[in-house]
Amino acid sequence: MKAALAERSADVRATWPPLPRRTRSRRTALTIRTPLSRRAATALTVGSLAVPFACWVVLSATGAVPATFLPAPGAVLSAGWEMARSGELAVDAWTTTRRVLEGFGLAVLVSVPLGILMGTFHAGQAAFEPVIGLLRYLPASAFIPLLIIWLGLGEPSKIAILFIGTVFFNTLMTADVVRGVPRALIDVSYTLGARRGEVLRKVVVPHALPGIIDAVRVNAAAAWNFVVVAELVNSTAGLGYRIVRAQRFLQTDKIFAVLVVIGVIGVTIDVALRLVRARVGRWAA
Amino acid sequence: MTLELVDVSMDYGLRGREKRALDGVNITVSPREFLCVVGASGSGKSTLLSLVAGLTTPTSGVITIDGRPITGPGPDRGLVFQTGSLYPWRTVERNVAFGLELLDLDAAERRRRVDWYLAETGLADVRRSLPRQLSGGQQQRAAIARALVCEPDVLLLDEPFGALDVQTKEDMQLLIRQIWRDTGTTVLMVTHDVEEAVFLGTRVVVLASDPGRVAADLRIPLAEDRTLATKRSPAFLELRASVEDLVRAQHRSGVAR
Ligand SMILES: Nc1ncnc2c1ncn2[C@@H]1O[C@H](COP(=O)(O)OP(=O)(O)O)[C@@H](O)[C@H]1O
Ligand SMILES: [Mg+2]
Repeated sequence: MKAALAERSADVRATWPPLPRRTRSRRTALTIRTPLSRRAATALTVGSLAVPFACWVVLSATGAVPATFLPAPGAVLSAGWEMARSGELAVDAWTTTRRVLEGFGLAVLVSVPLGILMGTFHAGQAAFEPVIGLLRYLPASAFIPLLIIWLGLGEPSKIAILFIGTVFFNTLMTADVVRGVPRALIDVSYTLGARRGEVLRKVVVPHALPGIIDAVRVNAAAAWNFVVVAELVNSTAGLGYRIVRAQRFLQTDKIFAVLVVIGVIGVTIDVALRLVRARVGRWAA
Repeated sequence: MTLELVDVSMDYGLRGREKRALDGVNITVSPREFLCVVGASGSGKSTLLSLVAGLTTPTSGVITIDGRPITGPGPDRGLVFQTGSLYPWRTVERNVAFGLELLDLDAAERRRRVDWYLAETGLADVRRSLPRQLSGGQQQRAAIARALVCEPDVLLLDEPFGALDVQTKEDMQLLIRQIWRDTGTTVLMVTHDVEEAVFLGTRVVVLASDPGRVAADLRIPLAEDRTLATKRSPAFLELRASVEDLVRAQHRSGVAR
């Protein structure tokens, strides 16, 4: 019976037309997830920076765009040099950086323990997740007027903006990372005699640490955005304040110079956190 | 050390519907025994070990060690999973040392004990490696060493060689027999592999599926000294066949229903 079945199906198969063949796509630089040669990769990176820069040079040199709209690179450089020499750039940069350290630092101090709590205990999740999930959708910049009413025009309202803008995201991201700690690792630790606190300290936190640093790195970028927004509104120093001042006098070259400085500091922070992450997370590589 | 399961049943609540994973299980593990529990996938083997480990509580029934009921997990019952339960950020030696780091021991004493188990499991050369740098077999040996260094009354093994290739698996089977004889520990191992159960066990319990319950409980009258040649001996083959028949019968009755 089995043999008959095999025979019959073989018969039927003989009448089938051959399956159509597909032409195969050739390997190119755009084959999914294929490594690129080092030279090609470098060329692409350099190009992505050089092309916009060349456009900038051409547009401003030919006078196609007036200098008040788009200052020449040279003008930006000298404006930056001027600010650096007078010392105001250093003061502004430090004022802004300090605000980030204070506001975002506070947010990290609150969000990391809270996130660990939420990721570890169902009670923590039930108590905080809905509230924080809602709060994070309220735009921090919309709080600026309210915070000025509550806290005045000084430093506290700026620190508070940074805090509000980053604390909720960092909490939820930390909680997610902590929830990713494998159950088996926690179970096996109990069978090795670890108590609850020891499991938290010696297993959950070390496993989650690289992921937590990743979360901090992402949110540090957000913090850097919020601080400039906060300074645009009302301040007497800081990079955001410098932009507003320059705008009042149509000093576009100064605005550009400040933007470059903001970019450079931001990238520096990012690279530093990447290095820490690579060191702490060597085991995961 | 005597481990006793008396009328142990376990229900899982699945969206309101109860799922009975174990039903009235009675097993006694005597001191120095190597007890293998075989059953098809889903017959409740992992549930059984999790209950003995104290990670979950039975719906009904009691589990005792020397008459004392189990109230939670502890280092007197070491547990080894199929894969991936090493701490990935700790080196092999620090993985093995984990349980001892929790105790009030001086560094020299800790080191002496860790060294002994690293040697016993053949890991001395890779003691400073991270888990991801090890082969699957080495990872399981490290997990076994980590459990044993705490000197458990009973070593609980949940399909510890299930993810290994055939050759590595045989090496590991010989190793675990060796360790069992060297350390005098009691072993409770669950597996779906009948040959493995008969080769390793001094006793084999067959678990029926859905709900998991004891279908057979038989002594394995093979010599203490077992080698790969044992697997080809007529006595072994006969035992294996009879246990296979038992497992198959249980599986059929499960499918028929
Ligand atoms: N946490 C759980 N929640 C609900 N059902 C579960 C859970 N763990 C196991 N089960 C069910 O219990 C039965 C036995 O599972 P398990 O003990 O893992 O079997 P085995 O280890 O023999 O494969 C299976 O039907 C499984 O689906
Ligand atoms: Mg299982």
